Amino acid sequence: MISLKDIGKACIIALWFVALTFPLMVIKVNPIDRIIIWRWHNMLWVGLGSFLCYLAGRAWLMRREIRLRRIRQGLEAELPQRTPLSRRIIQDPVIHRPLLAAGALFFLIFPLLFSTYQTNIMITALMYVVLGLGLNIVVGVAGLLDLGYVAFYAVGAYAYALLNLHFGLGFWTVLPIGGLLAATFGILLGFPVLRLRGDYLAIVTLGFGEIIRLILENWNEFSHGPSGISNIPRPGFFGIQMSLDHSITYLYYLMIAMVVFTIFVVNRLQNSRIGRAWFALREDEIACQAMGIDKTRTKLTAFALGAFWAGMVGVIFAAKTTFVNPASFTFLESAIILCIVVLGGMGSIVGVIIAALVLILLPEYLRAFSEYRMLVFGAVLVIMMVFRPQGIIANIRKTYRIGID
Amino acid sequence: MDYFVELFFSGLTRGSIYALIALGYTMVYGIIGLINFAHGEIYMIGAFTALIVSTVLSIFGFPLPAIIILTALAAAIWASAYGYTVEKLAYRPLRNAPRLSPLISAIGMSMFLQNYVLLAQTPDFLPFPALIPDFDFMEPYAGFIGSSDMVILVTTTVIMILLTLLIKFTRTGKAMRATAQDRKMAMLVGINVDHVISVTFIIGSALAAIGGMLIASHIGQINFYIGFIAGIKAFTAAVLGGIGSIPGAVLGSFILGLTESFATGYVSSDYEDVFAFSLLVLILIFRPSGLLGKATIEKV
Repeated sequence: MISLKDIGKACIIALWFVALTFPLMVIKVNPIDRIIIWRWHNMLWVGLGSFLCYLAGRAWLMRREIRLRRIRQGLEAELPQRTPLSRRIIQDPVIHRPLLAAGALFFLIFPLLFSTYQTNIMITALMYVVLGLGLNIVVGVAGLLDLGYVAFYAVGAYAYALLNLHFGLGFWTVLPIGGLLAATFGILLGFPVLRLRGDYLAIVTLGFGEIIRLILENWNEFSHGPSGISNIPRPGFFGIQMSLDHSITYLYYLMIAMVVFTIFVVNRLQNSRIGRAWFALREDEIACQAMGIDKTRTKLTAFALGAFWAGMVGVIFAAKTTFVNPASFTFLESAIILCIVVLGGMGSIVGVIIAALVLILLPEYLRAFSEYRMLVFGAVLVIMMVFRPQGIIANIRKTYRIGID
Repeated sequence: MDYFVELFFSGLTRGSIYALIALGYTMVYGIIGLINFAHGEIYMIGAFTALIVSTVLSIFGFPLPAIIILTALAAAIWASAYGYTVEKLAYRPLRNAPRLSPLISAIGMSMFLQNYVLLAQTPDFLPFPALIPDFDFMEPYAGFIGSSDMVILVTTTVIMILLTLLIKFTRTGKAMRATAQDRKMAMLVGINVDHVISVTFIIGSALAAIGGMLIASHIGQINFYIGFIAGIKAFTAAVLGGIGSIPGAVLGSFILGLTESFATGYVSSDYEDVFAFSLLVLILIFRPSGLLGKATIEKV
């Protein structure tokens, strides 16, 4: 399938990338001791890597072209019946019910099967599931690119830390307060940027996230600065004293309940009146207004509801680590959450859950490659946008049929 | 009063570096309507290439003027190559995609390039040798303006003039303006739009690389993260001046540079970055089209 011409082209591209990456990949200098380290072997890797990547991309494009051509010629009339595997699993109850039951069982007995350490990692992954689902409302459903999502997460975490420190409020009291506070911040941020087009929104939210972090870092009287706040109590259970192991297990089940609650609410929201308004807003703002949808209110609710989940997870985060400092709330976190939404498929709940578990758990178990984590995340964003913008599991919208079928 | 003058000149220096980066943002936005998040990273890559090339050349014993010229050339060439490649890989396939797609792709590219430099080079700060010597004729003014400030100001001014001439009077400049005005129409009159977009990325990247080299030599250290903050600030400057407008980007950059310089000098340096971000939010609320920009009406 791949012709000689393609291989020639791949060679040229490999050469281009070798030349492009030459100074940064091959030479390493120490300006003080005036030493140059030449790493010639890197040239080989770059060349080989780009050669293979080009051929793989080319093969993928050719396959798609051939399929499209056959559809056009009517040769693959049976195509509509050949739904992709992922969709078949979701739609066919015979397949998805046992799968769902097995998954639920696995998650329910997880702390009994694995060590506390593993449970802890799983709690983190579940937190990202909720964060992903929350950001999914803003980015995936309403189509508003929010790059400062971590700010709301920070608001929740600091709400618990500070309210506990000054007023001695407990976890269960602060959980809704943290969520509501974050939602308020969401509305506050939403107001000035409502008039703006999507791309300005991205940069303003990015700036907002950084402002929150810088304030937390520098306003020592308020937030205790970079050293953070420690000794935050773990969540209580009717005042019963628990050992560390038990409280982690407890937190795990709490998080499971939280995930189920989030899935339920987000799912109901998506098919509600406001959810359909969000989808409409994402598809075409002007047409959406022409249909009589209040743009301001719709956008603000998206912001507030998205922020609400981040605030709640922030409270849980503070309770889990018993320590907060501004270093936990950098742009990187926002980028990871965005990556989860994009990889999972914008608007797709199942996709976001799978993507969160994969993106958080894989680096934990592949420690050897953990330094490449952010590199891969960046590449994932680009590759998904270019090759599969709908994500690993595309969102299936509820369709309504009217009339005789 | 001396302190005031000193802050003024340091503000101008900052402003000119922001201007070099902001031009890349504004030109790209003007032509394809995309915030090129990876632009700050191109600036950082320019600074890194300059560091590597200048160190290698100085170890091989080249004379200083030759080092400066060759370093600037190498930084500009490699940064342009990166800019060109990024556009081709991450933006061109998405030209007709929904608006969100190229933005996300740009953020991904920015993360990728940052971590690529981190892994290929080092996560630590690297000292950058001062390329510009202290001139004798600058001695009497040394109290408030250094030689490298002077060089940065002069270089930036020359580059701005050249860029203005290029855009106003050359064939390429005309094609760029036409594409910015109406891409479809430009295609119809026989302008190779893909080519024009590539040229825009190349010019913008080269300017950012020169900015990166100048500021790195001025401040004396670089790391992989410098592009992120510089990128946001330059973008703020571009929005302040009116995104898409070239004189606007320059004006916005100088205003931002001076504001920052005075604010850190007279108020507090802890909140240096907060000033820029707050300024950005304020402009977007009160005058989203910027100082020199035209308000656009979206037609259906």
